Amino acid sequence: MSQATLIKCFAESLGIPAEQVTDELQYNTIPQWDSVAHMTLIAALEDAFEIMLDTDDIIDMSSVAKAKEILARYEVTL
Amino acid sequence: MNNLDFFYQQQSPYSLNAAEKQQVLHSHLSVLDAHHQHHCELYRRIASSQAEAGWFDQQVFLPVRLFKEYELKSVAQEDVFKVLTSSGTTSQQVSRIVLDRETAAHQSKVLVKIMQHYLGVQRLPMLIIDHPSVVKDRLSFSARGAGILGLSTFGRDHTYALDDDMQINLERVQAFIAKHQGKPVFIFGFTFMVWQYFFQVLQQSGKQLDLAGSVLVHSGGWKKLIDIAVDNSVFKQVAAATCGIQRVHNFYGMVEQVGSIFVECSHGYLHAPDYADIDIIDAQTMQQLPFGQQGLIAVSSVLPSSYPGHRLLTEDLGTVFGEDDCPCGLNGKYFHVHGRLPKAEVRGCSDTHAAEVKP
Repeated sequence: MSQATLIKCFAESLGIPAEQVTDELQYNTIPQWDSVAHMTLIAALEDAFEIMLDTDDIIDMSSVAKAKEILARYEVTL
Repeated sequence: MNNLDFFYQQQSPYSLNAAEKQQVLHSHLSVLDAHHQHHCELYRRIASSQAEAGWFDQQVFLPVRLFKEYELKSVAQEDVFKVLTSSGTTSQQVSRIVLDRETAAHQSKVLVKIMQHYLGVQRLPMLIIDHPSVVKDRLSFSARGAGILGLSTFGRDHTYALDDDMQINLERVQAFIAKHQGKPVFIFGFTFMVWQYFFQVLQQSGKQLDLAGSVLVHSGGWKKLIDIAVDNSVFKQVAAATCGIQRVHNFYGMVEQVGSIFVECSHGYLHAPDYADIDIIDAQTMQQLPFGQQGLIAVSSVLPSSYPGHRLLTEDLGTVFGEDDCPCGLNGKYFHVHGRLPKAEVRGCSDTHAAEVKP
């Protein structure tokens, strides 16, 4: 499991190029990362890292940086 | 700008008693009064005309129908992030709710805080009593689509029970049940859809599903069901008889106040959470009514800062039974909704205002 997996999850779920997946990228600031894509992203992250995120995580996951922080809590090493 | 940390830090969304609510909730609402007075010209004009009329004990409650007639906003156009729209069940006109990022974020967060109280923190396998096309067009969600998406946060393995032709896809539903056998499941749908396309169909075909141990959450109004003599107790009986569902929570909320919803407790009463309040207004005098008397429902919410929807006069009739003393043990006012005010009577309370503020 790696940074690359995380970037792949974002790029595929949101339908954006991998270069666009930076720490600064924020939820709801690009049309591709809307509430529908957000649930797709959550499912992708859960599959890729074999974790179960809870409802607070979904609401807190407001940026790529924040996603890394949350995944770290599930002892995912990036 | 609209800091709700105090509310978020409470143990549960039903923590505040009447005295605390008076202090915290109402001072927060007053701040929003001033904010909208300052940032929304139309709100300011309605506020002054209501004050002149001496309505609501000098508080201002905007008639919800104004959101169908005007785009009311208290933020600069460049800060508008999304405009929620909904068509009412009885009207062709669409409500337009202007959201900035902050208000939208509060809406999601408060909905989570409230629903976690009933569903827990972990996301449950989710059965949606609707068809998947309802969320297909991402650019223009219906209110139904938006509601389903909002509630999807609480689920995993989202499974739609109906096909596009509104028939139950029994194979899919059975597979879902088998997959999650013995685990709690979260079922969500709109009241009428759940009744008409799920419970009724199961009942008439004599089929039974094993959804014991699951939680059914539903919303969307009883109007169509009351017309066919189905009330909350009948609804619950059929939920138990066809699917073995014992835990059913209806909720009352409106598109003008997404997030701070009023959920039905274990004793069958809708409850005001810490983030919101409810008052009953006499449609003739426009004054508050005491507990136990039926009148027009007015709802308050600390969430809306991008549009002046923090205090609203609805077109629904209800009765508040008390505050902080519901047998379920939760704080807050508890109430029942009886349905819509008959159309003719609504004039006077909202139409006159609409007429007064026409630019």
